[in-house]
Amino acid sequence: MGPAGTVTNMIYLQIAANGLVLGGLYACIAVGFSLVWGVLNVINILHGSFIVLGSYVAYFAYVHLGIHPFISIVLSGAALYALGYVLQRGIINRVVAAPVLITLTLTFGLDLILNNAMLVAFTADYQAVNLAHPLGTIQIGPIFLPGDRVAAMGLALLLTVLLYRLLRDSRIGRAIVAVRMDREAAALMGVDIWRINAVTFAVGALMAGAAGALLSIIFPISPLNAPLFLGKAFVVCVLGGLGSVPGAMVGGLVLGVIESFTSYWFGPERSVTISFALLLVLLFVRPSGLMGRRGYE
Amino acid sequence: MRAWAILIAVVALLALLPLAGNNYALRLATTVCMYAVMAQSWNFIGGLAGYPSFATAAFFGLGAYASAILQGQGAPMLLSWAFGGLAAMAFAALIGGAILHLRGHYFAIASLIVAEMLRELINGLPDLTGGGKGMNLPILRISVASEAQFFFYAMLVLAFVCAATAIVVHGSKLGFGLRCIQQNEDAANILGVNAYAYKTAAFSLSAVFVGVAGAIYASWVKYIEPPDVFDILLAVKPMVMVLLGGLGTIFGPALGAVILLAFEELVWRNFLTIHAAALGVIIVILVLFLPNGLLSTVRGWLPAKASSP
Repeated sequence: MGPAGTVTNMIYLQIAANGLVLGGLYACIAVGFSLVWGVLNVINILHGSFIVLGSYVAYFAYVHLGIHPFISIVLSGAALYALGYVLQRGIINRVVAAPVLITLTLTFGLDLILNNAMLVAFTADYQAVNLAHPLGTIQIGPIFLPGDRVAAMGLALLLTVLLYRLLRDSRIGRAIVAVRMDREAAALMGVDIWRINAVTFAVGALMAGAAGALLSIIFPISPLNAPLFLGKAFVVCVLGGLGSVPGAMVGGLVLGVIESFTSYWFGPERSVTISFALLLVLLFVRPSGLMGRRGYE
Repeated sequence: MRAWAILIAVVALLALLPLAGNNYALRLATTVCMYAVMAQSWNFIGGLAGYPSFATAAFFGLGAYASAILQGQGAPMLLSWAFGGLAAMAFAALIGGAILHLRGHYFAIASLIVAEMLRELINGLPDLTGGGKGMNLPILRISVASEAQFFFYAMLVLAFVCAATAIVVHGSKLGFGLRCIQQNEDAANILGVNAYAYKTAAFSLSAVFVGVAGAIYASWVKYIEPPDVFDILLAVKPMVMVLLGGLGTIFGPALGAVILLAFEELVWRNFLTIHAAALGVIIVILVLFLPNGLLSTVRGWLPAKASSP
């Protein structure tokens, strides 16, 4: 290969590492969306706006109170959990068993309201969290990575694993999985379906809020970004297969790496098109995704 | 027969509008006709077959661009419009083959992605489409007033043809088969309904008139760009209109178009900064309190019931 080959290999390694860091965050973006879709059979168009709202909570906490966005995860998560619980309990629960078209249209309408409210309250201007004490650059062998991004990715994956444990080991988690598997049977076993619906939706919102707090140190913050995040969640869910936490994790990492390489080869403006094209092909040949299976855990 | 009578009466009344109305009224009426075409078209796949398609924006944008490109080569306008419709229909038939085996959410997402991809594709071909800079269309050498009338009549004729097609389909074997698919696709298949062919037909029908509408729209506004003609709201509004008027009915979509446009004008005029939220509020109220549309409450005297099996 010679020296030129080694340099190319190192560039590829660097691109792959960048992709994995991005992918960890994508997994965190998608996992709440996947949970809501899998358990409630609702496509939550609000998810993108939830993420942006989480970013704003972290932004204001940082600017006004000096709280680091990594700690604001708790604040963003709690705020979004409350919002999600109220929305599900008050509005979405009324039509949760209706056909796809109805629930899809409803969350789209709610998203128009939430996104417009954010535009009015925070304007469309891009905001950014500029950390006073960034972590600097981390070197692993020949690869260089920004420390804050790596830390954000680590926290994102940690949150995803926590959700996985919650679904596996806690009483409420088992109830959520039971509802996903068989709604009627779960009801007969004494599971309070309406409460589980609300908790599931709220946990999905919580994950979105936490992801938003993590993303606030990487991406500019604006309500205009909501559709972008929603699109990522879609792609990750279909890539990984609906309704599994490991699926969302794999889907997120795969998408991150794909985007990283396609923007290196074809330019960043093509990478979204290519991931969509890939998605269409995947939907055609394997609609259940790379890791799709029944049961949510 | 009753449906035909209502359609002809309404269209005849509307055709008299240029005698009485000013250009503002004419512009509104042209938009109503365009909305009615889009809602009526979506009703074929979304209302009758029950497949929540987000591809309406794709058909609209494709029709607009196909016609604009052809006119850029010097083709006459009417021929280009027809080409826009045919291009959208061919595209629907082609893409339908790939995504119509998906159901529910998966179909919805796939159709949404198709629209996004088409937008990106047109953005990425600046030599042919002008890319992000958009395209200009030829200017008609007639007076402003007669131009407004011309585009109004063009949209009105299209809306008439589209509604007439809807009446024919509702009473035909195709309409019956599509309703069967909506209720239970597997059962329909077993009973000898060729679900795949029926769905592809419905998807193509939902594309052809929207493609022509996009082409007429492009000639009307004389300048198109991808964010304008591939706007996601172009895919969502027809759904809202159909839900407003009544899913799977003959005149529900047109009624929904009138109501939604009236509402939009009211909001645009008075609350410009929150018009998106206002549309959101109407959607939420609609879904929660009127899931079957306005027509379901006054169905007794409308022909929709008489034509259903």
